[in-house]
Amino acid sequence: MSVLLQAEHVSKHFPGAGFGSPGTVALDAVSLGIDSARPAITAVVGESGSGKTTLARVLLGLIAPTSGRVLYHGQDLTTLDSETRRNFRRDVQAIFQDPYEVYNPFYRVDHVLTTPVRKFRLAQSKAAERDLIAIALRSVGLRPEEILGRYPHQLSGGQRQRIMVARAVLMRPKLIVADEPVSMVDASLRATILGSLAKLNQEMGISIIYITHDLATAYQVSHNLLVMYRAAVVEAGDAERIVQAPQHPYTQLLISAIPQADTNRVWLDSNREAAGTAGPAGCRFAPRCPRADATCIAAAPPLLKVAPDRAVACFRYPDGAVLSELAEVLTGHDKAAVEG
Amino acid sequence: MMAPTRREDHATQPQSPSAEVLRVQGLRVAFDHPLGLVRAVDDIAFSLRAGERLGLAGESGSGKSTMALAILRMIKPPGRIDGGRVFFDGQDITDLGIEEMRRLRLAGIAMVPQGSMNSLNPVLRIGEQIADALRDHDVPGAEHAARIAELLPQVGLKPEIARAYPHELSGGMKQRACIAIAICLKPKVIIADEPTSALDVVVQRQVMQTLAEVQRNLGAAVILVGHDMGLMAQFVDRLGVMYAGRLVELAPIADIITRPRHPYTKALISSLPSLERRAPMLGIPGLAPLLRDLPTGCAFHPRCAEVFDRCRGAKPEVRQVADEVWVACHLVEALP
Ligand SMILES: Nc1ncnc2c1ncn2[C@@H]1O[C@H](COP(=O)(O)OP(=O)(O)OP(=O)(O)O)[C@@H](O)[C@H]1O
Ligand SMILES: Nc1ncnc2c1ncn2[C@@H]1O[C@H](COP(=O)(O)OP(=O)(O)OP(=O)(O)O)[C@@H](O)[C@H]1O
Ligand SMILES: [Mg+2]
Ligand SMILES: [Mg+2]
Repeated sequence: MSVLLQAEHVSKHFPGAGFGSPGTVALDAVSLGIDSARPAITAVVGESGSGKTTLARVLLGLIAPTSGRVLYHGQDLTTLDSETRRNFRRDVQAIFQDPYEVYNPFYRVDHVLTTPVRKFRLAQSKAAERDLIAIALRSVGLRPEEILGRYPHQLSGGQRQRIMVARAVLMRPKLIVADEPVSMVDASLRATILGSLAKLNQEMGISIIYITHDLATAYQVSHNLLVMYRAAVVEAGDAERIVQAPQHPYTQLLISAIPQADTNRVWLDSNREAAGTAGPAGCRFAPRCPRADATCIAAAPPLLKVAPDRAVACFRYPDGAVLSELAEVLTGHDKAAVEG
Repeated sequence: MMAPTRREDHATQPQSPSAEVLRVQGLRVAFDHPLGLVRAVDDIAFSLRAGERLGLAGESGSGKSTMALAILRMIKPPGRIDGGRVFFDGQDITDLGIEEMRRLRLAGIAMVPQGSMNSLNPVLRIGEQIADALRDHDVPGAEHAARIAELLPQVGLKPEIARAYPHELSGGMKQRACIAIAICLKPKVIIADEPTSALDVVVQRQVMQTLAEVQRNLGAAVILVGHDMGLMAQFVDRLGVMYAGRLVELAPIADIITRPRHPYTKALISSLPSLERRAPMLGIPGLAPLLRDLPTGCAFHPRCAEVFDRCRGAKPEVRQVADEVWVACHLVEALP
């Protein structure tokens, strides 16, 4: 079976803190299949708080969806037997958004690297283990002799973040879910690290979900782009085309807000957003949308397939057919072609 | 008249444009490490004018956060400040007592530390954490609620967030709460270490707008530490670029973007990803140097595309090479 991981209508609802508090819908009916026969880099961008990390955590089996399910090779993540669970733990690796919370402050950072090597018997000897770890560290621009033996607090933010990338790389998984893997490093290192992730994708057929706020690097390395707004995917498809011609009004706002390294542009003083009206059942972007009308306030638009490689959740594109699964508009490269 | 530029909001110049609010002289920080001394900050000097926005960029691990912490004397052992002086508002604060330094933090120089959203107290509501900061600086309890209700919207949060616990917020909301804490006492200098790297660009723009407003109202200066050259181009007046603990270039932002002079800065600028054209992602070849065993001469020479003999032997001094432009590179002619 080639579908490695399949999210089916997954929703996540977090209860509110107190009585009468409505709680948060962090993820609303997202369906996404990761096909290991067509390994792709799929960037997930969008609003802070729109559910990107929640989507990642659901895919990783770290939190159970409130409704819907996640299947690993067709089996529900919540009911895997121990053997399959172990395979899942190896096939699907995470790079967490917060490089601080992963480390145990009392262990040297070596620990996060040697533990998986031993647990999954990736090396036959001590020397092989050392080499494996050294190669992984260098691939993210770190010097093993500088990094190993240190405690987490002795490293800079970007150094900690890169160790997490090295750890995921070390495991040679089928899917890496990378939540803001390069948010704390400079442009040059971003290029180096993402370049090496892109190489893993091309040469080893590893699929990558790249969650980021950096649209320029998402545009550079990804095949696909998912744009999230308030718990839902509002636009999906070919990364290059979305960045060059965004169709959902939120995506348009997002792309236009990218600060560019050009001092002649006006960025800070751009006009304030429109403030429209919301309807309880309406489009979630309507209150901020410059083009919202009565339809948008009355009902929420589903994801519509407006082109073979594009889906948009907006009534401005009435010709599209309703999309049931995001993978319909996503691409990846053909693994057979890569391996052949 | 000049065409409106990104600087429009910044038009209210401080009363005396040359007034210096912060000066750092020869600052040095070292970490004792079993294998040798790690020199994380090496002889850094710059000054900050009232109301100015100074950016600090540079390689990961080059000492930006350490330098920021050193200004506030927040370096913890095995790290220590082993040289240099810091002046705030004309006063030498290098040897201030612990209690005086504590008062200066937040009220004089406030810091939004890197990754601070992860150091919010998980068992305290956001409002209580802001109140703690206010109480710490003797703001009467009766004023807390009103101050908090006024602060949160300034950073794009609803006043109700005061009752939320950190785990109920997304990364971006937590980061905004940290900025609210930093600005709660209306400081003169705000040091923000990667304050928006966890935010989407729409919210980032709102937060930077907020910082700009706070700054205009208070005449505060901002030191923005970060990696996003786009953000730097849009926000700061001048940019300092660090490499291996040293400030290798300091110049007005437009100069750095259009005419970087240090080869490291040039490489950094040319590795910026474009939004118009896809190309293979390539960073600067080679690894950042080992801080406890730096290469001889210029620390960048093993990775430099323009290296020549002198670079291997002699460490280039920081020299003024044009009006407002300082560079540490043998290739660049100093002003006579
Ligand atoms: N454990 C939790 N309890 C309650 N609410 C939560 C929890 N985790 C997340 N949320 C809420 O769910 C929503 C989505 O959060 P999530 O962290 O997935 O967003 P995100 O897109 O990753 O944001 P960011 O870009 O800021 O990292 C937010 O409103 C957040 O407050
Ligand atoms: N306790 C320590 N012991 C030894 N070295 C340390 C210690 N703390 C920090 N360092 C080193 O000091 C250097 C500077 O770290 P700093 O956090 O200032 O870098 P930075 O420029 O802020 O990097 P980033 O952009 O990744 O946040 C790093 O190389 C780091 O490994
Ligand atoms: Mg997140
Ligand atoms: Mg730092």
